Amino acid sequence: MNGHDSTAAAEPFIHLAGVSKVYRSGRKEHLAISDASFDVLPGELVSLVGPSGCGKSTLLKILAGLHGHDEGTVTIGSASHAFDPARDIGMVFQAPLLLKWRRILDNVLLPAELLGLPMAAARERGRELLALVGLSGYEDKYPYELSGGMQQRAAIARSLIHDPKLVLMDEPFGALDALTREKMNLELLRIWKESGKTIVFVTHGISEAVFLGSRVVVFTAGPARMADNFTIDLPHPRTLDLKTQERFGAYTRRIYKLLGME
Amino acid sequence: MKEWIDSTGGRYSMAILAHLALLLAWYLFVRLGEVPRFVMPSPGDTFQSLLSPNYDWWFNVRVTGTEIFGGYFLALVVGVLLALCFTWSRSLEALVLPLLVTLNMIPKVALGPLFIVWFKYGVLPNTMMAFSIAVFPILLNTARGLREVEPELLDLVRSLHGSRWQLFTKIQFPGSLPYVFAGMKVAAILAVAGAIVGEFLGSDRGLGYLMLQVQVTLDTPAMFMAVLLITLIGMALYGLVLLLEFFLIPKDARL
Repeated sequence: MNGHDSTAAAEPFIHLAGVSKVYRSGRKEHLAISDASFDVLPGELVSLVGPSGCGKSTLLKILAGLHGHDEGTVTIGSASHAFDPARDIGMVFQAPLLLKWRRILDNVLLPAELLGLPMAAARERGRELLALVGLSGYEDKYPYELSGGMQQRAAIARSLIHDPKLVLMDEPFGALDALTREKMNLELLRIWKESGKTIVFVTHGISEAVFLGSRVVVFTAGPARMADNFTIDLPHPRTLDLKTQERFGAYTRRIYKLLGME
Repeated sequence: MKEWIDSTGGRYSMAILAHLALLLAWYLFVRLGEVPRFVMPSPGDTFQSLLSPNYDWWFNVRVTGTEIFGGYFLALVVGVLLALCFTWSRSLEALVLPLLVTLNMIPKVALGPLFIVWFKYGVLPNTMMAFSIAVFPILLNTARGLREVEPELLDLVRSLHGSRWQLFTKIQFPGSLPYVFAGMKVAAILAVAGAIVGEFLGSDRGLGYLMLQVQVTLDTPAMFMAVLLITLIGMALYGLVLLLEFFLIPKDARL
């Protein structure tokens, strides 16, 4: 609500400079990511796009504090947007990863439980978030009673329950069918607008990256490195017919070219 | 008709019907086939043997029931606790688990004579026999269930700096329950077999012991009755496990 249309004067929320990571297994070294440098403004939705093995998921794990890095600096938070690594990260994965034995609302509450937040307030917020993701009335259902797309909505609600400043999404719609995926893209843009979160969205869908992103960071594989980083200057709210427009096509062509897929 | 069969009431009715049909088939087979009583008694003869005062049915049911339930409960406690120890210490698991797989290969029946030497005659060696057979499926299944945590769920907990204990209580342990119950179901059947084999090998009480006694006098109805009672004890145990599962695990999470 605030950051994505603010001016260039805004302080970055995430600042990456020359980030590299090498995986070592025995004597072999495998470069997972090299020389990643980009900023994310508060409230931005940034897409990280690239083929498998380009390091975009590794980068997400570095941002989540799950992996260290070998070179460069990673700074999250600024004077105006303080960041607590223990409680300001929400995560959504390709699989919904809902706990089968918990009802939907109780699944959404998991991060609040882990953080020891006051549960009465969290339950209230959980209901609001389920309404936000379009799952009102499903609070007491079990995950198996929901479709894949609906489960992923619940996973998004779960990633927001503790009101994190940063939401990291790792190909969240990758397992959904094409139509559901498009629908979820629209939903995500709406949720992002309404929640005002900073979102880093990893995908290998080029059209998805452009459609969702305020900015796109492109990675290439073999060797894994960051190839480009540019703003997507397309108006909000975005609708699906944007995809048929020439300026949308120009962005996707730019990415295809970077990936050598012209 | 088809819808009725698919409904819960329909399925229960069909189950009861199948059992009654078996009883009827049994009765007709004996009656029409003129099978001698000592080869196969009729249902009526079989139930009549319950009235015989010599066999002390209720006492023997209690003995065998104690062995089965006792051995089973012990197996549950020991199996789950050992599996829990494994999750808390990787090195312990690496050390002990292969050993347990080998021990599991020992035919437990072969241990019967040893158990009598170690635990004397009576209820205890047979309880231990039931225990020794039942403990492995529970232990191995539980250990496996505790290991099966999606790595990304681990990431989720770690990204929120969740503790090891939180991971265990909120994800790992409830996630393992379906596996625990899969092991418990197998173990319930094995525990019954274990106790009875124990009684066959050497005992002075219990339904298995009773069967050997009446075999000598060719009282086949009593043998049938003993088998029926053993089956009923087994069904009581199995039913208890199913009931517990019904209340603890939602439908889809069951294995």
